[in-house]
Amino acid sequence: MNAPTTSRTIAFAINGESVELEVEARRLLVHAIRDDLGLTGTHIGCDTGNCGACTVHLDGEPVKSCMLLAVQADGARIATVEGLAAEGELTPLQKAFNEHHALQCGYCTPGMLMSAAALLERNPTPTEDDVRYALQGNICRCTGYVNIVEAVVAVGGGENKA
Amino acid sequence: MLLREVGYARPSTVDEAIALLSEHDGARALAGGQTIVNVMKARAAATDVLVDLADLAELRTIGFSSDGLLEIGAMVTYTELIGSSEVEVARPILAEVAATIADVQVRNRGTVGGNVCVADPTNHLPPLFSALDATFTIRGGDGERTVSADEFFVGVYMTAVGEGELLMKVSVPPSSGEGDGFSGITIGKHGTYVVDAAANVSDESVRIAIGCVAAVPVRATAMEERLAGGDLSEDSVRAAVEGLGASLDPPSDVHGSADYRRHLAEVSAVRAVLQAAGRRKQVR
Repeated sequence: MNAPTTSRTIAFAINGESVELEVEARRLLVHAIRDDLGLTGTHIGCDTGNCGACTVHLDGEPVKSCMLLAVQADGARIATVEGLAAEGELTPLQKAFNEHHALQCGYCTPGMLMSAAALLERNPTPTEDDVRYALQGNICRCTGYVNIVEAVVAVGGGENKA
Repeated sequence: MLLREVGYARPSTVDEAIALLSEHDGARALAGGQTIVNVMKARAAATDVLVDLADLAELRTIGFSSDGLLEIGAMVTYTELIGSSEVEVARPILAEVAATIADVQVRNRGTVGGNVCVADPTNHLPPLFSALDATFTIRGGDGERTVSADEFFVGVYMTAVGEGELLMKVSVPPSSGEGDGFSGITIGKHGTYVVDAAANVSDESVRIAIGCVAAVPVRATAMEERLAGGDLSEDSVRAAVEGLGASLDPPSDVHGSADYRRHLAEVSAVRAVLQAAGRRKQVR
């Protein structure tokens, strides 16, 4: 019988590296990523699942790491914003954020990048509507959405209305 | 945020999950966690043991029963529902509505079983399943039972799933040319509903369920009876909705007064029925 425990050892791959962690069952995935693994690129914005600043990829799909327990990620493949430019060279998406001035304070940027990267994986040439739908779970409190959407559309070579 | 200390188990069989749920006081099933983790952050409910259903493959399937029912496993995510060819063939309304729940990240984790078992009166799926005449299969230590939507939704955050029990699947009757509709008013695009309505229209009958106006979905039975088998023109549907608002006792809150919700219930019901009627295959 698989008896309940208040902590357990979990193993997952993060940005291609295998890690093993002893975590309390109550530990949120975002805390394991930031505090246990030191990957502070993943931000905590609202801590209520609304803002999307903590977005990471779990088995290739964007999820909010403040709404997952670390133990739920046992055995999974996780990617954080640090994994995008793993070789030190910015990805086309990151370059587009730079070129289109798609950030002001930058707090939401890691989550925006991870949601946009997941969209581009599924749909390499998204329209403006596709981008807005894909970024619905990411809030930019500077309200810099226009440039963010432009940047993502531009990566796919799409025409921007704005 | 630091949660209260909690036990965690990840069973590999349904029997094991049911045993864990019945053996531990304060044990709760953990599906996608898109509600319960936030509830635990707010310490709004006491959960002593989480039984994670992630490894129960039989709860993750979408298929058809031998008598043609569309069967959706409790652990099917909204994203899986949206991408399902079975849903597209049998009941596309399910994918259409699921695509408007929250956002991509939540849809990747949130599950059909979680949506109905949380039984938040503002959730999308309870009125939809009610209008589609879905049934819910619950398994416990004493075996399986199947209940209707009317029996499943018991109150705010309360369902027929008892202690030591697990929702296995939701079954939706096959569509035989009828049309389905869903309409409502949200707080922001794809936000929480203030009021919503789901409708299912066939040549013989009309089923309408209103959400957000009571603890559980409310069937608009008078309107259903007036429209059954009859004229579904806009004038006729508008005439049939009369009195629906007055028959409801919805809550007042920051998003709308009770009177506004009564009004929205009528507007939403009309729109949902007209959408469903427009999609019905005319076989006459």
